[in-house]
Amino acid sequence: MAAPAQKQEGFYDCRDAWARTIEALAEEDPRIVAVVNDSVGSSKLGGFQKKFPDRLVNVGIAEQNMVGVGAGLANGGRIPFVSAASCFLTGRALEQLKADIAYAGFNVKLVGQSSGVAYGELGPTHHSIEDFAWLRPLDKITVVVPADSWETAEAVKWAAAHEGPVYIRLSRMPVPDLVVENRQFQPGKAEVVRKGSDVTLVACGTMVHLAVQAAADLQAEGISARVLNMATINPLDGAAIEKAASETGAIVTIEEANIHGGLGGAVAEHTAATLPVPVERMGFPGFVPTGSVEWLFDHFGLTAAGIARSARKAIGRKRA
Amino acid sequence: MLKNDIVDTIREKALWMRRRAFRMVFDAQLGHPGGDFSAIDIIATLYFGVMRYDPKKPEMAERDRFIMSKGHATGALYTALCAAGYYPEDWLTTYMQPKSMLNGHPNRNYLPGVETNTGPLGHGMPVALGIAIAGQLTSSDYRTFVLTGDGELQEGSNWEAAMTAGNRKLGKFTLIVDRNRLQQGMGTEETNGLDPLDDKFRAFGWDVEVVDGHDVVALLSALSEPAGGRSKPLCIIANTVKGKGVSFMENKASWHHGVPNAEQYNIAMEELV
Ligand SMILES: Cc1ncc(C[n+]2csc(CCOP(=O)(O)OP(=O)(O)O)c2C)c(N)n1
Repeated sequence: MAAPAQKQEGFYDCRDAWARTIEALAEEDPRIVAVVNDSVGSSKLGGFQKKFPDRLVNVGIAEQNMVGVGAGLANGGRIPFVSAASCFLTGRALEQLKADIAYAGFNVKLVGQSSGVAYGELGPTHHSIEDFAWLRPLDKITVVVPADSWETAEAVKWAAAHEGPVYIRLSRMPVPDLVVENRQFQPGKAEVVRKGSDVTLVACGTMVHLAVQAAADLQAEGISARVLNMATINPLDGAAIEKAASETGAIVTIEEANIHGGLGGAVAEHTAATLPVPVERMGFPGFVPTGSVEWLFDHFGLTAAGIARSARKAIGRKRA
Repeated sequence: MLKNDIVDTIREKALWMRRRAFRMVFDAQLGHPGGDFSAIDIIATLYFGVMRYDPKKPEMAERDRFIMSKGHATGALYTALCAAGYYPEDWLTTYMQPKSMLNGHPNRNYLPGVETNTGPLGHGMPVALGIAIAGQLTSSDYRTFVLTGDGELQEGSNWEAAMTAGNRKLGKFTLIVDRNRLQQGMGTEETNGLDPLDDKFRAFGWDVEVVDGHDVVALLSALSEPAGGRSKPLCIIANTVKGKGVSFMENKASWHHGVPNAEQYNIAMEELV
């Protein structure tokens, strides 16, 4: 599909961390199997396939079958990691996710690759920006959106050990490693990447490092912005949101997803129900035009400058 | 037009489409040239030897319909629609560019001549089926053609549609399978095999023809409507070569979405004559 984004010094494709980790886990635990839809390459599972040819089930281009097979493998005592481009994994197999995974409650790990608008030029059929809104109501599925390579590896390890369905949403956009002291992966908990008191930037996945940069830029103009890495979208860390609302009084959400029903939707729902404060939601309003991922980010203001603009706007909306 | 003239025209258009599509992929450094090249002779035969349409009236009710279910092969589709007169050639230069009407998968809201949006595999057949049923309900005489990949047939939706088409005896419905035996990562038979594909369709109530998908004369003959029409839907299994026409691309899965460098582009242009 689309050519990977240009290599940039210090930026890493999280799919590599995923591939390394799943291979290492499979080495230790024979129950781990991978299930794919002609997506060995895009899932970076070539190494896994070489090491464990019998433990890679390629059902071909058949996502509904793929997810159902995942449920069946779990029933048979395997720990399936079902890996496919997230647009097809979630969109095509949505009812399987609902009925066979969430409702039936099978211990299946879903790994959505090249999510968001990573396949920029390939158009909305290949974008996965609706997946948060589709999966959030399936409350049995934990939705994790790693922000960097470290978090990807930790999330995959945690998912393998956790009993219950998990959706890990990966990009193919290279991102830098976040700098956080004493880092620990805590599912369901927001990670405070930066302290701040005037506004809170709540981001996930590829957007977190941009939020960090925006916070640094805002500092220069005397605005103190807190940055939360909301790596788990579902269940949402409501306590961290309430704390942000009460302590900073304004929130900006940033996601590589449709703002309706995603992270922004979740935060807006939660604040409206608990402690209403201005919430600026950044992301995509709906289907997006043709364009590279870089162009799309720029076009929709998903840049440090754009985030800073939204932060000022959110602060401006605070009640006097 | 005499038959020989038609055959020459189709071959000429197909050659232009291959060259132009490869230029688009080269310029964009994106695309699916392997599947473009396996499909181009089929699509050229449809547009320049079989189908009834008027590019000035893309919504004409009685037009024959073509649905490109393997929507990733936009190099083939966009050049065909351009050659058929739906839009000028300079539109092709915008392929994949910001705000272009020509993104990686066809969008009917952007482009005249595109019947439905495709890209996720396994969507074309059911939509085409609905078009054919509409024709049956209104006693129209338009024909509906849908082109799928072979790997694409691993999607169950195709077989749901195939069952309905067979049961409804949709004689004006034609499926062409681009049987290049490769999908994205490797061969179809080593992934989730389809053979015997002809027997599968026969069992679903279809007529089946197996042809060389690069032989224009054979394609024309398989696609022509017999006197009195058909009483069953028709599946044409077109045996093709992924990457057909360029020596280093033929039968290589890596050219599914591989893109050429300048040297490869130049070699291809020398070979495509
Ligand atoms: C539902 C869905 N799953 C996966 C893909 C990714 N994909 C794009 S093309 C392709 C391979 C298609 O193979 P085939 O149908 O044989 O087409 P061809 O070889 O003619 O290009 C895949 C897996 C997709 N577009 N849609």
